[in-house]
Amino acid sequence: MKFTLSWLKTHLETTAPLDEITDTLTRVGLELEGVEDRAAPLAPFVIAHVIEAIQHPNADRLRACKVDTGSGIVSVVCGAPNARTGMKAVFAPPGAFIPGTGITLKVGEIRGVQSAGMLLSAREMGLGDDHDGIVDLPADAPLGMGYAAWAGIDDPVIDIAVTPNRGDALSVRGVARDLAAAGLGTLRPFAPAKLPGSFPSAVIWAIEDSDACRWVLGRTVRNLKNGPSPQWLQDRLTSIGLRPINALVDITNFFTIDLGRPLHVFDADKVQGGKLTFRPGAGEKFRALNGKDYAVRPEDCAIADTAGVQSLAGVIGGEVTGCDEATTSVFLECALFNPVRVALSGRHHGLTSDARQRFERGIDPALLPDAVEAATQMILDLCGGEASLVTEAGAEPVWQRNATLRFARIRDLGGLDVAPDDAVASLESLGFKTVSRDALSVTSAVPPWRNDIAANTDLEASPDLPAEKLAAAAAGRAEIEPECDLIEEVLRLRGLDAVPPVSLPISGIVPPATLTPRQTRRAIARRILAANGMVECVTFSFMAHEHAAMFGTAPDAQRLLNPIASDLDQMRPTPIATLALAAARNAARGYPDLGLFEIGPAFHDDGSQTQVAAGLRCGSPPRHWSDPQRGATAMEAEAMMDAKAMVWTVLAALGVPMEALSVTADAPGFYHPGQSGCVRQGPKTILATFGALHPSVIKALDLPKPVAAFEITLDAIHDPKRRKKALPDLPSLQPLKRDFAFLVDTTVAAEAVLRAAKGAERTLISGATLFDVYTGDKLPDGKKSLAVEITFQPRDHTLTDAEIEAACVKVVAAVAKTTGSVLR
Amino acid sequence: MAGQINTRKATLETLALDAQLANERIDVTLPPSLAPLGLIHPISRTMDEMAAIFGAMGIAIAEGPDVEDDWRNFGALNIPAHHSAREDMDTFYLPGLHGDHRRRVLRTHTSPVQVRTMLSQAPPIRVIVPGRTYRADHDATHSPMFHQVEGLVIDRGITLGHLKGCLIDFLRAFFGISSLPVRFRSSYFPFTEPSMEVDIGWNRKTGELGGGGDWLEILGSGMVHPKVLANCGIDPREWQGFAFGMGIERVTMLKHGIPDLRPFYESDIRWLRHYGFSALAPVALHEGV
Repeated sequence: MKFTLSWLKTHLETTAPLDEITDTLTRVGLELEGVEDRAAPLAPFVIAHVIEAIQHPNADRLRACKVDTGSGIVSVVCGAPNARTGMKAVFAPPGAFIPGTGITLKVGEIRGVQSAGMLLSAREMGLGDDHDGIVDLPADAPLGMGYAAWAGIDDPVIDIAVTPNRGDALSVRGVARDLAAAGLGTLRPFAPAKLPGSFPSAVIWAIEDSDACRWVLGRTVRNLKNGPSPQWLQDRLTSIGLRPINALVDITNFFTIDLGRPLHVFDADKVQGGKLTFRPGAGEKFRALNGKDYAVRPEDCAIADTAGVQSLAGVIGGEVTGCDEATTSVFLECALFNPVRVALSGRHHGLTSDARQRFERGIDPALLPDAVEAATQMILDLCGGEASLVTEAGAEPVWQRNATLRFARIRDLGGLDVAPDDAVASLESLGFKTVSRDALSVTSAVPPWRNDIAANTDLEASPDLPAEKLAAAAAGRAEIEPECDLIEEVLRLRGLDAVPPVSLPISGIVPPATLTPRQTRRAIARRILAANGMVECVTFSFMAHEHAAMFGTAPDAQRLLNPIASDLDQMRPTPIATLALAAARNAARGYPDLGLFEIGPAFHDDGSQTQVAAGLRCGSPPRHWSDPQRGATAMEAEAMMDAKAMVWTVLAALGVPMEALSVTADAPGFYHPGQSGCVRQGPKTILATFGALHPSVIKALDLPKPVAAFEITLDAIHDPKRRKKALPDLPSLQPLKRDFAFLVDTTVAAEAVLRAAKGAERTLISGATLFDVYTGDKLPDGKKSLAVEITFQPRDHTLTDAEIEAACVKVVAAVAKTTGSVLR
Repeated sequence: MAGQINTRKATLETLALDAQLANERIDVTLPPSLAPLGLIHPISRTMDEMAAIFGAMGIAIAEGPDVEDDWRNFGALNIPAHHSAREDMDTFYLPGLHGDHRRRVLRTHTSPVQVRTMLSQAPPIRVIVPGRTYRADHDATHSPMFHQVEGLVIDRGITLGHLKGCLIDFLRAFFGISSLPVRFRSSYFPFTEPSMEVDIGWNRKTGELGGGGDWLEILGSGMVHPKVLANCGIDPREWQGFAFGMGIERVTMLKHGIPDLRPFYESDIRWLRHYGFSALAPVALHEGV
């Protein structure tokens, strides 16, 4: 909300300097957005007298002028065609910065004639587009006076941000009231005289939509003469960015800003049937003052005469009944609208206006009569004419409310000690009236313009609350909320910087755990993956549904109804999808070889989400002189195994019992069907998936090969059951190792061989490691050789050769039984 | 004689060893094979730092889903239907309903988790809620997805003074500036009262934090609105507390001098390598976060 300093001073009697005013505004919650001091860039420019302007001796288009600046006579060369002897003009001395040209003036010589300054056009001063010639001032403009002061543009424009609860501060008077209450001066009285009407109003009101319009006043002023507003009013409006139109319209705009009280004026002669009715719209077309047509819906409140809709209540007036310079009889509207109805109307039709903004936040319901009188008076002052009796419909709503403040609560909630007398004085200065007071508390009547205080709006409590709990909470709220409202008022006038900060006390001796086990798992996974060479990304949770469909079903349940862009419309089924897009972008930039990971949500078809750690590696690993040469197939296998290794490393670090895991070859369809797996714990729980990406996905996204990915469902990992660990197994005897080479069909899973070997002698065998896989022409067709190292851990005695031999036989037999292997 | 033989033998052994060592020479300037360097995203780093600082105040981390219902996101927080705040927050909607009538939304702040916490846990409550948040806004300084951390402390006798103390302590620890100027301005949020916005001192021209006479708005906060407590079944006569919220990207950008918001989500490997953090860099108060 913008206003000028001098406008503020029409409501506030103060000697406070500008910076104290602006600091105070911010302190009390009317945050300063900016101060535009229009005079500052004009400071060097003074009114000068052109004593003589003659043709420049050496240049056709220039004039040589002798200029009296009020502090001396100087020579100025000027290119303006209108420079003439005897005129008053605006002079810029050497050293002045010219806003319109961006040049700092210097004393110079132009074709042999000295030029010690410049005569300015409006554009050169930064005051508009006019550059046909220099500014030609009236003859009585005082020599040597600052131009800005003479032109009346030395009035700083103050811009503040008004929060949605403070409709009352969308007015110069409301701002002045806050400043006065904060100790910056005195609020000037506002008590417009009641003007007697001399005849019944030519137009009367009727309310059919009483939900939209609660109360409305009106008055006709006839035999007036509309025309341009006087300069002071035009200056007020232009200074805050409003365009002056004509006196009647300007008066309504003035009171919108001055009192926060939007008004509307109808040309009374254009209103058909002598009556204006507030009623729901019926779908009819209505041409607004902005020249555009709107269809007025039943949800909108129309103001209609017998000819049709003439205004969209609280939002915008109509063209047909608008006031122009030919208007001689005006009908003034001063109404109280339902804020929600105005908001919804404005929002639906895409119309914002100063009126809508104020109605939406709620206006002073008691101000209507005074506003009508003040506006009538200004119409009579500026346009003449005679006023009718006031006509009205509806009635003033009951707005009276009390709020009680216990003085101790200012300290106990607000953290600031305020003496009871001071607190009461603050409230009274804001317009609260003391109803009753004792040593401990004060009960105050809330002023009508503060609809945010003790508003008593409906609770929206959780339906799951037990009735008793809800009743207590509701009663507590009814008691505490108005008090909170008052504490806030007392505090903001003092500024929150006055509240002494107190560090949060650390209660209890055992500090609570900051992280839940779930959060700890996330932190561990993140560090493990980063420590294994992967770079963490944060990608959007949504993506193009075409891309999402490559990684799942892209169901409607996870598609946004109002996406900001078509490539951000579907919740991702897995972060692998958004990581793949990130990898493709990097490849397009010339960085194809990457390992990326992300820990974040995956969104499922049933509408649920889980937290996963997903990773993707693509392109070739960095080449090194010590590495053996590898073919593309080997690199693909390596990439896939690398993804599996990440899964294993993370799961092991998270304390998952690794020996209980199994891998099945039924990973989701975006993986390569022959090079992917699901990591399972038991038959139901899938902890992770991994594998090479499907060739069609790689091709569609143009990813650099090979591409392998994994996704670990962190939410599927169980919390540790107990905090204490079991005792460690620390046998005193040395383990011993034996190697075996099993010849099996190529279709046999390595895991089956290892599982069988380990199971052969559970108490004795502590480990089985696959250290070679061989397929080649030395073996029969369809066979492979798996070389396994078995670790035997003796428990109570050193093993004899015979015992070792017997154990080895058991291993061979067990593997043969489950996999059909023979020892090679 | 034996002495001469021994001497000779020793000489020959030395010569042989010298020859062997000369043969075994490896070019020590050869580049070693390095494990690739992994890194942690600045957003994660900031969240870890926040956990460390607030953790020292006895505050735990709470979390919740990204897809919420409009009651938890708005209604419970004293943002009624038609309230301008619902418009301001440019909400993304998903099809279908939560329960009978609640619309599915992408949470516009992490406050729904505060609601969940108040409904599931009896006071006293001390939590921060970091997480993904969504608003339909996309330009140089707004991203449709971003991260917030909110805080909620509810107890008997918690005052605005504690809120100020908590935030001053946090901001100074996080930015590592013990004299960081912190300013509190009265403001308005539907879910707190009194509400305040918090500024830190900086130099607008150089971007340096701490001094310079300019103020930079950094977070919003206030005492939890009695209506919000009551909506969640907490009697405001018995319990009171504070809440705050701030943008994680914003404080990360300020702390590390990152000029632009959008690269946070771009996954440009060059940016990630430049601003990423070592996997093993500790986040601990005794090290200074």
